Amino acid sequence: MGLSVEGVSVVYPAADRRPPVEALSNINLQIENDDFVVALGASGCGKSTLLNLIAGFLAPTSGSLELDGNTVSGPGSDRAVVFQKHALLPWLNVLDNVAFGLEIQGISKEKRYEIANKFIGLLGLDGFQDSPVYKLSGGMQQRVGIARALTCDPKLLLMDEPLGALDALTREKAQELILNIWNTTHKSVFFITHSVEEALFMGTKLIVMSPRPGRITNSFDLPFSRQFLAGTPARQVKASTEFIKLREDVLKIIFADEEAAA
Amino acid sequence: MTQPSAKPLGLIARLSRARPTKPGEIYGVPGQGKTIWLSLGSIAVFFCFWWLVTAMGWVKPLFVPSPFAIVDKFITIWNTGYTGTPFLEHVWISTLRVFGAFGLACIIGLPLGLAMGMSPVMSGIFDPPIEFYRPIPPLAYLPLMIIWFGIGETSKVLLIFLSVFAPVVLGARSGVKSAAIEQIHAAYSFGATRWQVMRHVIMPSALPEILTAMRIGIGFGWTTLVAAEMVAATKGLGYMVLSASQFLQTPVVIMGIFVIAIIAFAFDFVVRMVERRLVPWKGKM
Repeated sequence: MGLSVEGVSVVYPAADRRPPVEALSNINLQIENDDFVVALGASGCGKSTLLNLIAGFLAPTSGSLELDGNTVSGPGSDRAVVFQKHALLPWLNVLDNVAFGLEIQGISKEKRYEIANKFIGLLGLDGFQDSPVYKLSGGMQQRVGIARALTCDPKLLLMDEPLGALDALTREKAQELILNIWNTTHKSVFFITHSVEEALFMGTKLIVMSPRPGRITNSFDLPFSRQFLAGTPARQVKASTEFIKLREDVLKIIFADEEAAA
Repeated sequence: MTQPSAKPLGLIARLSRARPTKPGEIYGVPGQGKTIWLSLGSIAVFFCFWWLVTAMGWVKPLFVPSPFAIVDKFITIWNTGYTGTPFLEHVWISTLRVFGAFGLACIIGLPLGLAMGMSPVMSGIFDPPIEFYRPIPPLAYLPLMIIWFGIGETSKVLLIFLSVFAPVVLGARSGVKSAAIEQIHAAYSFGATRWQVMRHVIMPSALPEILTAMRIGIGFGWTTLVAAEMVAATKGLGYMVLSASQFLQTPVVIMGIFVIAIIAFAFDFVVRMVERRLVPWKGKM
């Protein structure tokens, strides 16, 4: 089961005397339960378009998307999205932001606070329930966003460069946190990033995408996140010969795309 | 050798380049610094100059009465009323007209503005009439109001209503656009309906702009008050100012202007306090 994307293409119509743009061309992708799929690629390769398709914000021009056998035909609470930024509601405190999805679904206040508090604890935000979100650091705001996405018990977590706006140290901490949460909650994850190291470290499966038209050019199965979850320190995983070799290989592919574009 | 650092810069040099800031300030922020003492000083200088001009007899009291004459007049009118009506009744009548029209404009204008922001159908229908009448000065359509609605209360309140209505509608309409698309997508991804997105995301995020629009609207309301009380009014601050001017009672005119200014300022102050309480997050995310 899980998510299956079959032969999906997206063509943006011609506008302003520019020809139509093929944003995605014949994408095939399978996300099994418990997979952590990372999409990586030069800008304009259609990563975000693919995420918008899976989230149900965008309809494919051709091809089909199915989640557990049901055609994706719009956004739904079986897929939760974590955005890079600007997605929290500044008029709500941390608790109400985390409980927001549950409120939308009409869950009683008592029940939704109970569930929200569980995820607030899981994300290490205990004690900040009453804080206004705009006073939190970028890293903590992102943790609120992740907690909010988890509350509705989605089958699939869609993460659109969730760590892109964080500083390097906070980012590494957040990577480990997300992996630990993935390991405890057993969600499938579709994760977009610009960082090769982040992609290799976090995914169980990596898809490398190329632009013009956006397509999947390479795909790798990755062992590194499981090594980390089995107890190997993150720095040691990232310093291993295997990791470095794969990092260079992937970088070579992406730089070749960038050069072809320049 | 270092340069002598404390050398004061001339006015021209200070205009042409910025000095390093003191710790705790941010370099290069325009208009940075406290203004309260300068503002109080500016007010004091204004009144001193006013007093000086009248005390020295440079200008006839008919044109500029002394500040004390205004205070005297205020006390007289407070005690005995103006044209047979107690002072507070003048204030009350005008306040009622302005805030009545303002309340009505908010009740109709805010939902309409939100609807226009949300729906191209609504904005297509209501944009032309609002944009047509908005730039017309209320004095220009005052005669029409009187021909259509008579010289009673209706035409007065309606005139003020119209001047408040346009800024309130346009503010609410552009407020709809202040929600970030990520916030809207987040709500939809939890399965929200369009109405829920409106209620939980778009309306709260429009609130800062709505409050600003209300502040601008009430300002227009006070501006239009005098015009509204020009015809067939026997009570109100606008009436007081106009009729006093016809009898060259300059102190009453100036006093009326001050009373209107003080009420308008007090209300604006309250709205700004409400703003700080209601939308402390304004501009922070």
